[in-house]
Amino acid sequence: MSDSVLTAGSPGHKREPSYLEMDTGHKGIFAWILATDHKRIAQLYFYSMMVMFLVGALIGVLIRLELMAPGRTIMDAQTYNGFFTLHGIIMIFMFVIPGLPAVFGNFVMPIMIGAKDVAFPRVNLLSWYLYVAGGIIVLVSQFVGGGPPDGGWTFYAPYSVKSATNIGMAALGAFMLGFSSILTGLNFLVTIHRLRAPGMDFWKMPLFVWSLYATGWIQILATPVVGITLVLIVFERVFQLGFFDPAFGGDPILFQHLFWIYSHPAVYIMILPAMGAISEIIPTFAQRTIFGYKAIAVSSMLIAFVGYFVWGHHMYTSGMSETAKWVFSFITFLVAIPSAIKVFNWIATLYKGSINIDTPLLYAVAFIFTFMIGGFTGLIIGSVAQDIHLHDTTFVVGHFHYIVFGGVGFAFFGALHYWFPKIYGKMYNAKLANIAWGLFFFGFNVLYFPMFIAGYMGMPRRYFDYLPDFYIPNLISTMGSWFLYAGIILMIYNLVKARRSGPPAPANPWNGVTLEWQIQSPPTYENFDEIPVIKDNPYTFKKESARHE
Amino acid sequence: MFNGTSPFVDGVDNAFLFIVVISLILLVGLTFLMVYFIFRYRKERNPEASQIEGNVTLEVLWTVIPGILVLLMFWYGWKAYTPMREVPENAMVVKAVARMWAFSFEYDNGRKSDKLVVPVNKPVKVVLEAQDVLHAFYIPAFRVKQDMVPGNPQFVWFSSGKTGSYDVFCAEYCGMLHSAMITKVEVVEEADFNGWYNGETLASDEPAGLKLLKENGCISCHSTDGSALVGPSFKGLAGSQRKVTAGGKETEVTADDAYLIRAIREPSAEVAKDFPPIMQPYSLTDEQIAAITDFLKTLR
Repeated sequence: MSDSVLTAGSPGHKREPSYLEMDTGHKGIFAWILATDHKRIAQLYFYSMMVMFLVGALIGVLIRLELMAPGRTIMDAQTYNGFFTLHGIIMIFMFVIPGLPAVFGNFVMPIMIGAKDVAFPRVNLLSWYLYVAGGIIVLVSQFVGGGPPDGGWTFYAPYSVKSATNIGMAALGAFMLGFSSILTGLNFLVTIHRLRAPGMDFWKMPLFVWSLYATGWIQILATPVVGITLVLIVFERVFQLGFFDPAFGGDPILFQHLFWIYSHPAVYIMILPAMGAISEIIPTFAQRTIFGYKAIAVSSMLIAFVGYFVWGHHMYTSGMSETAKWVFSFITFLVAIPSAIKVFNWIATLYKGSINIDTPLLYAVAFIFTFMIGGFTGLIIGSVAQDIHLHDTTFVVGHFHYIVFGGVGFAFFGALHYWFPKIYGKMYNAKLANIAWGLFFFGFNVLYFPMFIAGYMGMPRRYFDYLPDFYIPNLISTMGSWFLYAGIILMIYNLVKARRSGPPAPANPWNGVTLEWQIQSPPTYENFDEIPVIKDNPYTFKKESARHE
Repeated sequence: MFNGTSPFVDGVDNAFLFIVVISLILLVGLTFLMVYFIFRYRKERNPEASQIEGNVTLEVLWTVIPGILVLLMFWYGWKAYTPMREVPENAMVVKAVARMWAFSFEYDNGRKSDKLVVPVNKPVKVVLEAQDVLHAFYIPAFRVKQDMVPGNPQFVWFSSGKTGSYDVFCAEYCGMLHSAMITKVEVVEEADFNGWYNGETLASDEPAGLKLLKENGCISCHSTDGSALVGPSFKGLAGSQRKVTAGGKETEVTADDAYLIRAIREPSAEVAKDFPPIMQPYSLTDEQIAAITDFLKTLR
């Protein structure tokens, strides 16, 4: 690394125009919505996703308000049923699945491998348009046809075939979102294979890139299955073809198989990039090389591969065969091992580090803690006997929120605080950021932990109303949602303020060693003046004394 | 509600506790280590990091040990599950039929009920059927649950060692009143059961028609007091003028006996205005339908 790069952005140094200031030949909003630069597309995704996230989270808060006490609290049963469905579709298909790859993958992955852009910049923009189109279709489905779709994001047949609500349109929206995901995955795979800087072999790639690589394979291999399945639902609704509804000679359990063949691997589409981001944050803030680089990289691939064969653990009570139950349970327990390996390696990376306790590290710690709880409760419901009792109860709701919100959520916002100075060239108020993190973390656990208790007591999920026995855990849970939401609002306020009027960020505020920290903040349009040549592994921290030679 | 006794409660709870204890030890230990490292090796106390790239022995250890633990967890969970599928030969068989949004139970002698009444200490096999969409039969106190799949009968079995009243929930989303699809298992002494089963305690003031409406789950969608639920109320129905959609066209019909019979046997032929076309056909005998229409006429 040369001195001129390290001091880029500091007073007295002439900064190149950044991607934010670059003249692209288009004016105003067109400079964005016709952009093919991976960094601008990342921002398009980021803003549209944050809008959807806030809508989804607000609906979540309303759902919790309704469940604050037994009986009707603020809405009627059908509104509630529509709300939990919309909450699921928005959060799963429009926030957690595209989440880290579309925003941070787009922004930093090409830089991390020393490339100027992704392999297919126009296809990249097309992915965003498909995302927006799918999102709009889902939102429109709320207001036209036979009423807001209900039945949950899982679209279980034959209810989804029979329901008079506008499920067909919502399914089409999810179908479009799936295409967006496939194209992003394909784009990233080709980029990682073809555009790595000279000298960067696979074992010199940053772990975030490894995780996107594993994710890309799941995106292109698994997503088409759910696409076809959702189209079959639409065909069955429109033409009364008998795929899933026994009234037309179909099989409802077949739908569940097809749905989970995608939707279980989709959980790994969500969590793998999150693990990748954590694998970046921890070495940077520990100022040392990551412990067990190869173990972490290989475990990503193992999770992606084994994750294909565990979908049946969603179906222990569905009526599938007894053999299938033990096979799926057995493989489900196996997939816990590579996840555990990652946790051990992250914690070992903190050993004998020289640790800066900054906001991104706090998010990483929160991630590891909530991910462990999500994983341990996953063992409980991966086991057949307990799952018979806990399936379709709030225990499962607690479990998957610990994984996809505790896991992906904390990783997403941790990654945001980590790369924010790079993306905008501005610094945020660290104290406010930490307070927001505290509220978020506290509210999160108060919100979701009581669900384990209510679930073991036997409270089914997707219940608009419940017996008075379940009152206390529900009340506590609702109170947690207020802290959680306050934390999110404070975090957004802090970041918006930083974007507008924060102090300029140096090129490398955290003293990171991966390539994105070696260029100016915000980066130039083409990222690098000169494509770097890679010699070392990505987490080579030089000694303090050696650094200034 | 939370704890009944069935042959599975101990197995499920012990397998649960086994995982919870191991998980708690790991969770507390790892969290402690993580927080300890962060404070022990923070910049002020440890200005120079040691660049440790890994350790093969550790990697092997923390692959093999969790591997053994999860295999044990799998084994306990599977062993606790298999008894749920092994129905004793002397089990009493009851048929449970689910439809939006009620369970109804049919006994061998034709006795029908909206509650599951069973004798204490007697294995009971419940054969599960669904009329319309997926439902699930869930008794938390007995740790049993099974989806009810249209056209594909399933079963659960249990045996309760304690008398009492336990909740039964529908656990698979089935539409608007999913969360109201709740009933009870009444576990009673054998003598009481025999009396109930043979109809001795049937004597009640309820008209036969109302009893049929309850047994078939009609009143979970149609009120008897004039309030509109998912379907129109029964109150004032008989003899009134009804706005309906028949064959895509809106018409008005008089709710005479012929209409009421059609509405039960072929509900999709004429659909009441402002209500969703979701009711499934009911196959009741002429006598049963007559009892129902007689009762409806009393609801003025």
